[in-house]
Amino acid sequence: MQFGVFSIGDVTTDPTTGRTPTEGERIRAMMTIAEHAEQLGLDVFATGEHHNPPFVPSSPTTMLGYIAGRTKNIILSTATTLITTNDPVKIAEDYAMLQHLAEGRVDLMMGRGNTGPVYPWFGKDIRKGIELAIENYHLLRKLWREPVVDWKGEFRTPLRGYTSTPAPLDDTPPFVWHGSIRSPEIAEQAAFYGDGFFHNNIFWDAAHVGQMVDFYRQRFEHYGHGSADQAIVGLGGQVFMRKNSQDAVKEFRPYFDNAPVYGHGPSLEEFTSMTPLTVGSPEQVIEKYLTYADVAGDYQRQLFLMDHAGLPLKTVLEQMDLLATEVVPVLRAEFDARRPAHVPSDPPTHASLVAAGPEGKHHLVQSATLPEDRNETETAKESA
Amino acid sequence: MTRKLAVVTAGVGTPSSTRLLADRLVAAVQSQVGARGEDVRVDVIEVRELAAALATMTTAAGLPVPEVTRAQDIVRAADGVIAVTPVFAGSYAGMFKMFWDTFSPDDLSGMPVLIGATAGTPRHSLVLDHAMRPLFTYYRTIVVPTGVFAATEEFGGGAGGDQLNRRIVRAAQELAGLMVSTATGVEGFVPAGPRRTNGSSLPDPTSITPFTRLLAGHDGS
Repeated sequence: MQFGVFSIGDVTTDPTTGRTPTEGERIRAMMTIAEHAEQLGLDVFATGEHHNPPFVPSSPTTMLGYIAGRTKNIILSTATTLITTNDPVKIAEDYAMLQHLAEGRVDLMMGRGNTGPVYPWFGKDIRKGIELAIENYHLLRKLWREPVVDWKGEFRTPLRGYTSTPAPLDDTPPFVWHGSIRSPEIAEQAAFYGDGFFHNNIFWDAAHVGQMVDFYRQRFEHYGHGSADQAIVGLGGQVFMRKNSQDAVKEFRPYFDNAPVYGHGPSLEEFTSMTPLTVGSPEQVIEKYLTYADVAGDYQRQLFLMDHAGLPLKTVLEQMDLLATEVVPVLRAEFDARRPAHVPSDPPTHASLVAAGPEGKHHLVQSATLPEDRNETETAKESA
Repeated sequence: MTRKLAVVTAGVGTPSSTRLLADRLVAAVQSQVGARGEDVRVDVIEVRELAAALATMTTAAGLPVPEVTRAQDIVRAADGVIAVTPVFAGSYAGMFKMFWDTFSPDDLSGMPVLIGATAGTPRHSLVLDHAMRPLFTYYRTIVVPTGVFAATEEFGGGAGGDQLNRRIVRAAQELAGLMVSTATGVEGFVPAGPRRTNGSSLPDPTSITPFTRLLAGHDGS
């Protein structure tokens, strides 16, 4: 199983000191966090993509390319890549380039974004959010899988005889996740292609998370990618720890109360009872996160949001130390112990996709086996 | 078949005259549905009891707070809704709006709704048609022609009280008629009418649009 950190890259005033980091300081802090994750043996670093203040990561492959050059093992990912407003041709180029530079340590997560004006800023219509996600991703799949692409869709200028360069490393496109909180169409999309489904549940309750993930699992099986429990699932999380849980609550409360999105709203106690946010001892974090394998089934990737709400870099790094040394080893062992043998422990990686060979389903643009195709095959078998 | 009636009442006091009006509307709808040979199950949602949960939900990116989701599920699953609010500053109560803000039109399309409002004087009665009716039009509900406005003085006897009674009965007749009506036409021969997701805020695998249909026209061919 993979454990890692994801950052939304918010520039937020530290409410305990009143100090706001500069954009430059925040960007460098994100780089330090990524390198620290590598040093601690965490599996994944993922960055968000935002095109408005107070967020800095507008150019994810520039950041991830820098990290790729300074690390050896960690997988670089996104949370999320805006499949709606980015040109899929540029995504194909940028992430194939990153894949080469990172020697395959790349996957990415598609998302629709949560800031309405980004659509008109990039010349898109927010009312077409789902259609954009569907069409653009299908084009992206073609660009990474067909040497020469002819394309005519609704949203971008047509392509005639277009070849995306560089081709993916080892002619093997990166693994893709689809992130969504409440849109069944996106879970359906992930299931159709046999891609991963990431539920960023940091603002969501366990019952709803379970239901969305279960829906994706059923549809994954429906489209012939394996049994429902073999579907590739990732979850978000958020924690703040100190040895003594009262210390954790006391230290984190001002950051919580003033945080972007949920600050000045629910109380810390309400929020921790309803969402994955856990503020307490490492043991409490372990106890809470172990329940997510019951909520979502045995899953493959757990990302934690650690550097949010104006927490100083020093604190974030301490938090990551606790996560990597006290929490992750226990979660890893416990999750491994309960996972049945036929359920993959890890999501597909570049190495596993290359090993599956060029005939693997990953290389098909349209990788689903439709139920009607199955019926035809079964009928053919019966008549043979 | 038992019909489900959801009552959303946004009075702030206890007891509240808004709840008083809601109860009278409920009794009238019960007897009107009963007269049509059907039972009624009534679920009353006191928005006041959800005030803190609604604030949490609104300030935490739509986090589904259990008290609110329970209330939403009741409304979504209903065959008819009675929505009653006090008039504050020339419109419905802010808390009343906060509750409805958590819905989308897909939740309420085609839902029969009876609107009611209470205020200190009859001079606020246009709130029904200038504030409440447009709100429920947004949700594509079917608002019955008679809205019921009750000024404090109309809770007494006299001409005002009699007129209120008559409005209550007329509105209840209109709502009951919609609650017991069944779809007509042969399935497949007429376009499907508005369809609500029945009773759940969660994705229903049987109602999902299959991906091949989502992809149609978007696969570049």
